[in-house]
Amino acid sequence: MTTTEDRPATEVGSPRRRKEDARLITGRTRWTDNIALPGMLHLAMVRSPFAHARITAIGTEAAKAASGVVTVLTGADLADEQGALPNAWAITPEQKAPVHPSIAVEHVAFAGEIVAMVVARTAAEANDAADLVDVDYEELPPVLDLKTAATDEALAHPDLGTNVSAVWTFDSAEAGTGQDVEAAISAARDGGILIEREIRQQRLIPAFMEPRSIAVDPTGEQLTVWSSTQVPHFVKIFIALVLGIPEHKIRVIAPDVGGGFGGKLQFTPEEVLTVIAARHTGKPCKYSETRSESLMAAHHGRDQWQQLTLAATKDGTVTGLKVELLADMGAYLGLVTSAIPLLGAFMYNGIYKFPAYHLSCTNVFTNKTWTDAYRGAGRPEATFAIERLMDELAVEVGVDPLEIRERNWIKHEEFPFATVSGLTYDSGNYEAATAKAKDLFGYDDLRAEQQKRRESEDPVQLGIGISTYTEMCGLAPSRWLGSMGYVGGGWEHASIRMLPTGKVEVITGTSPHGQGHETAWSQIVADRLGVAFEDIEVLHGDTQVAARGLDTYGSRSLAVGGMAVLAAADKVIEKAKPIAAQLLEANVDDLEFSGGRFGVRGTETGMSLGDLAFAVFQGHKLDAGAERSLDADATLDPDDFSFPHGTHLCAVEVDTETGAAKIRSYVSVDDVGTVVNPLIVEGQVHGGLAQGIAQALYEEAVHDESGTLLTGSFVDYLVPSPPDLPPFVTARTETPATTNQLGVKGVGEAGTIASTPAVVNAVIDAVRHLGVSDIAMPCTPYRVWKALKSAQQEGAQQEGGRS
Amino acid sequence: MTRITVKVDGSGYTDDVEPRTLLVHYLREQLGKTGTVVGCDTGNCGACTVHLDGQSVKSCSLLAVQADGHEVTTIEGLATDGQLHPMQQAFHENHALQCGFCTPGMIMQAIDLLAGKADPTDDEIRLGLEGNLCRCTGYQNIVKAVRAAAAGGAR
Repeated sequence: MTTTEDRPATEVGSPRRRKEDARLITGRTRWTDNIALPGMLHLAMVRSPFAHARITAIGTEAAKAASGVVTVLTGADLADEQGALPNAWAITPEQKAPVHPSIAVEHVAFAGEIVAMVVARTAAEANDAADLVDVDYEELPPVLDLKTAATDEALAHPDLGTNVSAVWTFDSAEAGTGQDVEAAISAARDGGILIEREIRQQRLIPAFMEPRSIAVDPTGEQLTVWSSTQVPHFVKIFIALVLGIPEHKIRVIAPDVGGGFGGKLQFTPEEVLTVIAARHTGKPCKYSETRSESLMAAHHGRDQWQQLTLAATKDGTVTGLKVELLADMGAYLGLVTSAIPLLGAFMYNGIYKFPAYHLSCTNVFTNKTWTDAYRGAGRPEATFAIERLMDELAVEVGVDPLEIRERNWIKHEEFPFATVSGLTYDSGNYEAATAKAKDLFGYDDLRAEQQKRRESEDPVQLGIGISTYTEMCGLAPSRWLGSMGYVGGGWEHASIRMLPTGKVEVITGTSPHGQGHETAWSQIVADRLGVAFEDIEVLHGDTQVAARGLDTYGSRSLAVGGMAVLAAADKVIEKAKPIAAQLLEANVDDLEFSGGRFGVRGTETGMSLGDLAFAVFQGHKLDAGAERSLDADATLDPDDFSFPHGTHLCAVEVDTETGAAKIRSYVSVDDVGTVVNPLIVEGQVHGGLAQGIAQALYEEAVHDESGTLLTGSFVDYLVPSPPDLPPFVTARTETPATTNQLGVKGVGEAGTIASTPAVVNAVIDAVRHLGVSDIAMPCTPYRVWKALKSAQQEGAQQEGGRS
Repeated sequence: MTRITVKVDGSGYTDDVEPRTLLVHYLREQLGKTGTVVGCDTGNCGACTVHLDGQSVKSCSLLAVQADGHEVTTIEGLATDGQLHPMQQAFHENHALQCGFCTPGMIMQAIDLLAGKADPTDDEIRLGLEGNLCRCTGYQNIVKAVRAAAAGGAR
């Protein structure tokens, strides 16, 4: 598959085709649902159809008597055994949360919550029997509207006494990172510009393509758990903590995992219940969800109201930003549900120099599916808010929206820059990325065309949308996480094994599910150790192999995990050096390591790392005290976040008669620092753009007035298909990060963070001259058409009033 | 139980299946053809796409008994003598996959698309793949791969 000819001068930076592909394009994959073990039993879940109810009785007799059924278990059966699902991030010491059971005992808090499980010989028999479980519910009024929920008018969890989980605030004056925002707002009210907006971040569903699946084998000494998860290391720890199984008796494997996007950054009820089923039956058990179950019960994302106040001077210099958030937790707190808005809280100031900033966030429970991480997690919301506001500010000032951004952004010579939210951006060049984007986009020509269409009153209007962004990624310095209330750390681990034949095994604590770590980590190690790309195997996702790790999310894998790999490679070299000196009968100080070989300076004498590995394996000639291994481990805790940035430009054609918005061109210029593999980076950007565009135009999780998810299948939840998306023009500028050895930043979430506001700004720009200044997401044809109609009616009324 | 005889990836099988068994479940569970996957329950995602007598079908939308007497090709039967099918090669060369879950169905559908039209435009490629969802790639490199396979004369 890979060629050894045309070897690049350095592997880092080369567009290597992926090692992962061979098995994926031939069907030799191991998805969790592929795992079949002798005597394996299959699970089906019975889920509540009601958003809020009390369970009054569950009849399991008919199900138990059905063909092939081994057992049927309810919450009452497991009340003492199931423990409670964890939240790992208390954002305030007072944070409130209901007990989160894997299987409801008396109370169900969202439609889709598990109330019983059937264990049977086949999946079909389990599903048949699940239909026979007879559950009596006493319906309770569901708490569905986020704003109403915040008033505690009705309670999602009556026992909790409130729907408010926590209130978190940041104030730049109090933090000493800036001035008082209220003073800035008063000043703007008297003779400046004040922009007040309310934005709805609709509820989204991660919708990874592989439905979640868990297989558990209780035979043997260790409990073996396969799970379609982003976080096998978390799952291992939480099985231990929640179910009381000793940690060293658990092995968790994330085999091939079909996408995650934050949706598989979770410890799930289904994982707990499959372990319990295996424990009860003593047999291997498997649960694979249907797509409908996945959409209904795997955690959702976004879902916020954002109340925004931007203060500026008459010339468009921003003087302060105030943000008040309401964030929907859904029915329960998952692993990091409570902190998702906070991951955006530090990014509302974006790439700009704002002197004053205040944010308050109120986390609220409702009777909807629990929310948690979804690609970008907090940062798309923040970026959307500020980039929408900057467009509104440009309109108020009467200048081009790019110009208003330039007036406020951090200049490239001003880095490192301490922001009003208390972060320090290490590097960036917003001017360069913007100039490149403008050029690729043909900005001036498109503006001219837009003008013409307006003048000719063309039924198809053209809009141009801008989004500039930066994000904090590379989660995260452990000390920062600790200071924010997170229970875990943010380091990453790597090991390198030097095999006797000169081949290399790299073991990483990251857990890729599409990101290509097997390829990228090979490139990093090939350069550092001077070993051929093909001679390196990257192992991951099995706690028995990769014993230490904190997995993959938050655009952390390269900036943290990749740097741990690099550190381990450096340790191999350091460890090998004295042994090489001994075998070469040279002074350590006279040795140099280059191209995979230790050479004695000024001579032809030398030895390859591979030969050294064999000599160490033999151990015959090594000094008595020398360790018979070149293997090395490294654990790396990052010094800081990394801050990728970029400028995205989008041209949208809006048919003013139908309301249909069609993307005509999309240009993204992203600065993700040093690039290890440009193909992989470009692919990450493409996929990110698709998901951000989907939020702008297509996707929304919709519930009816009783709390039933109406978008419960791919018929109604509109994951874009190929004709729904435009071709993208992607380019890069490269400003290396100063906070890690290679200068890398993160790229996994960049496209998603940047694209949503670019598209919505473009849609609004197309129809602003017709009186429209806001459209809620997703900007469906109906919503755009309705906005145009009401603007028309308002215009007519004003005309009427004047005559 | 109903007895069916099918040829899958070149081998003949005679099996008893429950009449309600979907083709995809027969392939995965009885034949171990786990390269073909299930991504949804409404026929929208196309991850389970295989060829039935040379034409693409969503194997979740067909009963196993409907394949009786027919020939099925899955992603696992595409490569011949260790040589990848040009479409598989094109997906690899053009980085047209990330997590790879949709890939088997996407490749099977793309081959069917070129069988119907040897040199499609980008828009025709997108339309031809409309019934297959990918959450990772934004489709750009998939379109590129299909275009490359078409240029190479892939069938």
